[in-house]
Amino acid sequence: MSTPETKRKAPRSKGVNGWLLSAPALILLLVAASGPLLIVAFYSVLEKGDYSGVRWVLSGEGWFRVLFEKDIFDQTISLADANLSIFWRSIKLSVATTIITFGFGLPTAWFIATRPAKSRAFWLFLITIPFWTNLLIRTFAIMEVIRNQGILNTFLIHFGLISEPIQILYTDTAVLIGMTYVYLPLMVLPLYAAIDRFDFRLIEAGYDLYASRWQVLRGVILPIIKPGIVAGSILVFIPSLGAYVTPRVLGGGKNMMIGNFIELQFGQGQNWPLGAALSTLLLLVVLVSLIVYTRASSKDNSNG
Amino acid sequence: MGKTRAFDVTTLPGFTFIAILAFVLLYAPIITLVIYSFNGGNSVNQWGGFSLEWYAVAAQNEAVQDATARSLIIAVWASVISTAVATMAALGTTRRGKFTGQTVIYVIINQPLMVPEIVTAVALLIFFSSVKVATGYSGLGYLILAHSAFCIPFAYLPIKARLEGMDTTMETAAADLYATPWQTFRYVTLPLLLPGVIAGAMLAFIISLDNVIITEFVKSAGQDTLPTYMLGQLRRALTPEVNAISTALLALTILILTVFVFVTKKRD
Repeated sequence: MSTPETKRKAPRSKGVNGWLLSAPALILLLVAASGPLLIVAFYSVLEKGDYSGVRWVLSGEGWFRVLFEKDIFDQTISLADANLSIFWRSIKLSVATTIITFGFGLPTAWFIATRPAKSRAFWLFLITIPFWTNLLIRTFAIMEVIRNQGILNTFLIHFGLISEPIQILYTDTAVLIGMTYVYLPLMVLPLYAAIDRFDFRLIEAGYDLYASRWQVLRGVILPIIKPGIVAGSILVFIPSLGAYVTPRVLGGGKNMMIGNFIELQFGQGQNWPLGAALSTLLLLVVLVSLIVYTRASSKDNSNG
Repeated sequence: MGKTRAFDVTTLPGFTFIAILAFVLLYAPIITLVIYSFNGGNSVNQWGGFSLEWYAVAAQNEAVQDATARSLIIAVWASVISTAVATMAALGTTRRGKFTGQTVIYVIINQPLMVPEIVTAVALLIFFSSVKVATGYSGLGYLILAHSAFCIPFAYLPIKARLEGMDTTMETAAADLYATPWQTFRYVTLPLLLPGVIAGAMLAFIISLDNVIITEFVKSAGQDTLPTYMLGQLRRALTPEVNAISTALLALTILILTVFVFVTKKRD
């Protein structure tokens, strides 16, 4: 377990001690997580190698190809429609996933937080199990439900609601259903944390002042649990935007999202600079959303 | 709270219905998958009676055996390494007041929670592929290293939470009784911290065992773990064998989580 040596050195300053004790974790993370990200950013401005990899020549080609394509014959430049449609699908599906998970997540979190203290732990545990269950298994489970011979279609046909199976698998809808399913716990948990601290007497006060239920929800509850809403939305939006497994399994190769598009550049596409540029772009978008989130939540704190 | 209110202020119209619906929708697919793993016969569409046939098929499949062994080796190493370094980091960053660069440490430790996994996967692919060429080594070390790194925040958080809940009087008492810093740590801090350390190690273990994307990009040929093996087996429908493996993994996850709840709850 924790090695004694570092503890025993115990320099005077708290700061030095703090850094020394954190050093092994930081070194490990810099080598096998954060550091390589810088290499990706650097590869995005290099020239594409003949088959894969890069040539050590600076080039803007990788970033250029994110949005544009050049005709091989007459060198005319046009917008890369295929790329744009992938970006659009990623953003559209991620926003939709965030909204739908909020629609389900708010009532679910509210329900858990208003259970008696004893059974609350049980309901919370029920949300935690899917959260820790392998993402791949959950995606497989959804695939079983929505495929043509799956239980959903079998059920609908059995009750005469449809005569032919509806093709859901390998569509955008399938990816949306899958992402909503796998990321729902990420919305519920921060919302629960926010509602758990909520003072329910405020609702009583609202009703005493003749507020309708809708007014109470909009004017009292939502503003107070806003940090939870923002946290849940970020926690769902970021992994949705970078999703790889769910669109690969449920989108079936054609309905790519940015994550799959990045993989393609390192696999069959053999365009590492473009893949690196796309990765860097995704990273920047995530960074910006995190900064917006931090600023929003610190503002909430300062306002009380 | 008032006991004489006319109606329960904690209910909102439709909320209970949507919440129950959400629980049903969350569990129905998983339960279906579990039920179908006990399906006899070759068809994935028709129920052929209860059978453990596919568990036997999976257990006898050499590729599955190898992948399972590999998954467990990586998860054990990754959870031991990440928990050890996370425990030290938690001791370094908790209960000692603010110091310069503390935020930087937090950001780096929590970085794997924020960066999309596909980006880290690509970064490690680029980095490790050149290291592989340079050193000629292409063993499990890369996977263990990568897993140890992204497991750190999961190990760190419960340990930090446990430390923050511990007051410093015991350690002060030990120091007053002339215990050396190491004795204080070994006989006072560590035993008190142990539930947090165990919880952190278990979360790290689950996270490592479940990883798909980074493993898929970092692994060399023939280094499939269970999840990458399952992803590779994917056809238009799941094979009953993959259903069986999924159910076994699910059972393991629930077992670990139950122990986790038990370990973290006991102190309350």
